[in-house]
Amino acid sequence: MEDKRDKTKHADAEGLSLKSVSLWQITWRRFFKRKSALVGLAILAILVFIALTAQWIAPYDPYKPLIGIEPVQRREKPCIHFLGCPADKPQHLMGIDGNVRDEFSRILYGARLSLIIGLSTVSLAIIIGTVLGAIGGYFGGWLDNIIMRVMDVLLAFPSLILAIAIVSVLGPGLINALIAISIVSIPAYARVMRASVLSIREMDYVSATRALGGSNFQIIFHRILPNALTPLIVQATLGIATAILDAAALSFLGLGAQPPTPEWGSMLGAERNQVFTAPYLVFYPGFMIMLTVLSFNLLGDGLRDALDPRLAHVHG
Amino acid sequence: MVQYVIRRILATIPVLFGILFVVFMLIRLIPGDPCHAMLGEKATKEVCDRFVREHGLDKPLLTQFGIYINNIAHGKFGDSFRYGIPITRLLIERLPATIELSVSALFVSIIIGIPLGILASIKHNSWIDVLTMMWANIGVSMPVFWLGLMLAYIFAIVLKGTPFWLPPSGRLTVGIDSTPFYEVWGWQLTDGTWKSILYFISNLHILNGLLSANWPLFFDAVKHLILPAAALGTIPLALIARMTRSSMLEVLGQDYIRTARSKGLPRRLVILKHAFRNSLLPLVTVIGLSLGSLLGGAVLTETIFGLSGVGRTLYDAITARDYGIVQAFTVVIAISFVLINLIVDISYAYLDPRIRLD
Repeated sequence: MEDKRDKTKHADAEGLSLKSVSLWQITWRRFFKRKSALVGLAILAILVFIALTAQWIAPYDPYKPLIGIEPVQRREKPCIHFLGCPADKPQHLMGIDGNVRDEFSRILYGARLSLIIGLSTVSLAIIIGTVLGAIGGYFGGWLDNIIMRVMDVLLAFPSLILAIAIVSVLGPGLINALIAISIVSIPAYARVMRASVLSIREMDYVSATRALGGSNFQIIFHRILPNALTPLIVQATLGIATAILDAAALSFLGLGAQPPTPEWGSMLGAERNQVFTAPYLVFYPGFMIMLTVLSFNLLGDGLRDALDPRLAHVHG
Repeated sequence: MVQYVIRRILATIPVLFGILFVVFMLIRLIPGDPCHAMLGEKATKEVCDRFVREHGLDKPLLTQFGIYINNIAHGKFGDSFRYGIPITRLLIERLPATIELSVSALFVSIIIGIPLGILASIKHNSWIDVLTMMWANIGVSMPVFWLGLMLAYIFAIVLKGTPFWLPPSGRLTVGIDSTPFYEVWGWQLTDGTWKSILYFISNLHILNGLLSANWPLFFDAVKHLILPAAALGTIPLALIARMTRSSMLEVLGQDYIRTARSKGLPRRLVILKHAFRNSLLPLVTVIGLSLGSLLGGAVLTETIFGLSGVGRTLYDAITARDYGIVQAFTVVIAISFVLINLIVDISYAYLDPRIRLD
């Protein structure tokens, strides 16, 4: 990857009319050809927009009950003026929740939380996983053996079960749930990183750096890591999807975000016994979870196919 | 092959020890003293003293781990303070519901997912293909608990009074006769391991209904399983359909498929015999991987549909802080996951000689 870029640079310097196309440009072109990836990107863009502007576009406070503010009942049906709800009634697009709060506002704020959850758990898992995988793959030997055996054990648990077990020990709560999900997802990154390191370690430019007296740190972080990023990016994008799904499941079970936090999983969990009388309070949070997870899944698939052209015909 | 199987089994042993160690350490990390954590706040001094002696809690950590392993090897998980009965008995009672649920979910996802994937691959880029893939993408992203609740709402409330109505919770209708098959057959059994095993089997209601020719029981159990199995099976179904399609597409582009077609073999034969058989391998892996999501999803599905299986019991135990159950059930779920994956690996090697000779 690097030496290709260097070549084109040289070509330009010598005044040859060689139009340089970087690997990233090729990747983006390939990515934009895929409709499903674009759909994912579009959904994600909307979600990010909602998350960033929630405090301005939400019509109500997500925490404050409307008791004494508006004449609404607990779990009242959605009232949409456009669809024939009388204009003198206050508009609530997704109805009123069990604590007399506007469901729509809570849903909007939930986007913020879900994206933060996805990004933070995966970032934590990536940092730890990458370091572990890089150390194991680069140094090999007993260190590698120990690290990978621990990862094997973590992978031997069904991920949600292990996350549940960890949270049950740490105690319920959003932060603990995030820690649990991060721990559970570390092995995936460690494995991906290790595999890349193993193949890159033997490359000529790594040997060259070593011959020039580069330190191990320099080789791992300046030579190997940038070239091992591709599979990590794909894994991370798909990992965010899983993390959001698992976090929502933990919150649904009452082990993650606690009420009154406007988190989709916990909103759904709080109203699950009312599904027969107020299905809209269950439908919207779950639908949003699905949409968010879907966007990251589509994006991840798109990136994988764009970065690894060998697979394009299979998934395309 | 035998050599491969032995090697694979040996490689599993450290992982099993690792699992036991992780769960053992997790329980030791609970804040507060272990006795009150395991036996509840109301445990008296005498009970605690006995508990400490039995589990060797006054001994070094490594000795404690040895005692723990020894107990588990003998099937002794201690008593549940919440139910007041041995956890092993609780397992025998609750495991069948989970087995029934996950097996039927997997069954549903395989018999729908594979044909769907094949169809999508032979009609590559047609509307069937596009629709299947869209559906598969949505399926993979579906929160199981949401899907379960929505299915329950649609089939139990919206379709109430139609022939499509399905029960939203429980394993059986109250009052339905579920006499164990061995009693129907007139076997006289004394209490013991054999009776426990037969009791365990008879708790698989569908199987029990079949064995004792108790058709009302059979159909009632099936009816109660449809919704939970559909909810739980959605993610594996999507994964299987996707994997079948992509591995079929890969195989269909091979030269030997063209050869088979050009020598005049019927299309159906080429697709099923030449192409599908060779695309089976990646499928086995996906099915193995799906089991993890099945077992995790069982906690959610059982909670929603009020099925008293392992997952539901685990959830209840966490809310009640009954760590004895949490520990035992986590171990059992993780060990079954490892063992199933072992079987998957071995069947993979059986199907593909390249693996075992590697």
